[in-house]
Amino acid sequence: MALVTAINGWARRVPKWLLYLLAVAPVVWVFWAGATGVLGVEPIKEIEHRLGLWGLQVLIASLCITPLRTYAGLNLLKFRRPLGLIGFFYILLHLLVWLILDVGIISEIWKDIVKRPYITIGMVGFVLLLPLALTSNDWAIRKMGAAGWRRLHKLAYPAVILGGVHYVMLVKGWQIEPILYLGGIAALLAMRLKWRKRQPAPGAA
Amino acid sequence: MAGRYKSDLKWSDVTPRADYLNRRTLMAGAAAGAIASVAPRQTSAQTEELVPNTWEEITSYNNFYEFGTGKDDPKNNAGQMTTDPWSIVVDGLVERPGTYDFADILAGKDIEERIYRLRCVEAWSMVVPWNGFELKDLLDQVGVQPSAKYVAFETLVRPEEMPGVRFPVLEWPYREGLRLDEAMHPLTIMATGLYGEPMPNQNGAPIRLVVPWKYGFKSIKSIVRMTLTEEEPPTSWNMSQPNEYGFYSNVNPTVDHPRWSQATERRIGGGLFSRRIPTLMFNGYEEEVADLYAGMDLTKFF
Repeated sequence: MALVTAINGWARRVPKWLLYLLAVAPVVWVFWAGATGVLGVEPIKEIEHRLGLWGLQVLIASLCITPLRTYAGLNLLKFRRPLGLIGFFYILLHLLVWLILDVGIISEIWKDIVKRPYITIGMVGFVLLLPLALTSNDWAIRKMGAAGWRRLHKLAYPAVILGGVHYVMLVKGWQIEPILYLGGIAALLAMRLKWRKRQPAPGAA
Repeated sequence: MAGRYKSDLKWSDVTPRADYLNRRTLMAGAAAGAIASVAPRQTSAQTEELVPNTWEEITSYNNFYEFGTGKDDPKNNAGQMTTDPWSIVVDGLVERPGTYDFADILAGKDIEERIYRLRCVEAWSMVVPWNGFELKDLLDQVGVQPSAKYVAFETLVRPEEMPGVRFPVLEWPYREGLRLDEAMHPLTIMATGLYGEPMPNQNGAPIRLVVPWKYGFKSIKSIVRMTLTEEEPPTSWNMSQPNEYGFYSNVNPTVDHPRWSQATERRIGGGLFSRRIPTLMFNGYEEEVADLYAGMDLTKFF
């Protein structure tokens, strides 16, 4: 597997900060494009939707790290934290654009969160991501202990599922793209179930 | 018969031709004086707000799922739709059923300018300077039998020219319908153009319905069939999600869509910092159409 070895070697050399830097570029671009008309005549929704989709995509990418290692031997573990934080950053901006540019009326925002199931679900997903973003640092891992930290970060699974459901629910009709995303998320989580079953049960050894 | 409804101004009074094609450049200039000189002061509140959206806005931000679900899909994909020759099959409870060629349909009709608000069910809106004639004139032409109570419409389905119909987002053909009194109302038009130009394909060429007090999806595009019926006809969004989209679908800020509020809307074209504005009952045509629904529970017949 020369390719796997090559990618693993490449991954070792790419610094993590490069990912953070690359992640900021599309954000700068999307606001610039929205302000100058590149995104069409309704830039607010366009920015909101793109940020939400990017957030979901990056979080899905972070879910790929473990199966890639299990099934393909690719070691991209060092990128999991940057991907999680970048995904959170996009989702946070998505939420802020919705709050400030899109709705902008406090009473309407609150009504939407409690009355609209897809917004409620999106908000719950975001709230689940908060403790993960706050503990995505070495200090928190030391403080919490590896086992507790890992248990907490399992919240990423329900959070991403909620993100996928949020996407399916907000479009009109049965559109193919959001369903593919939700299917992909389900597949990535199902791969983990299989992988866990193959491991010896605790105490069996 | 034309002229039963009179808009106080024509699009040409509001926006000179050279400017509607490129309002963005004008806005970028950001000279308040320049804008004021383009839009002469109107006297009444009703006309004040009816400044049409630009040609670019109206023709680049569309819902026409036969060409894809993205807002720019219709603009990118609708060019391949053949609109000449075009005919409409008229059947059901009519005196003179048959296949009416586009020219037969236009014969003897007064093409008027109607500047209408367009309120999408997705909570965005535009102001569109349509050209068209009253649907009543077409109904009179084909002869409505006394037993007819509804009018049903169908959009063209042509998979080789419509990439969106490959996906079952909705059950094709797209179907819409009106109660006969709604169809006969002088506000209800068959539009054949906008801004004095032939209807662009992405806006429903060559002929489409415009019912300004209902959510935009009722105003069915690229019509190939019109059927007079005694029973309420099935309509596409209602068939797809009956709890979200009713047969009537009148614009109503007090009846929310199950998934979002209908109290406010965003007028397209305001840029990055455009604020939402309150949605008006019957999209601002309450005075003209409220009588049609007297005594009806509009939360039940949404």
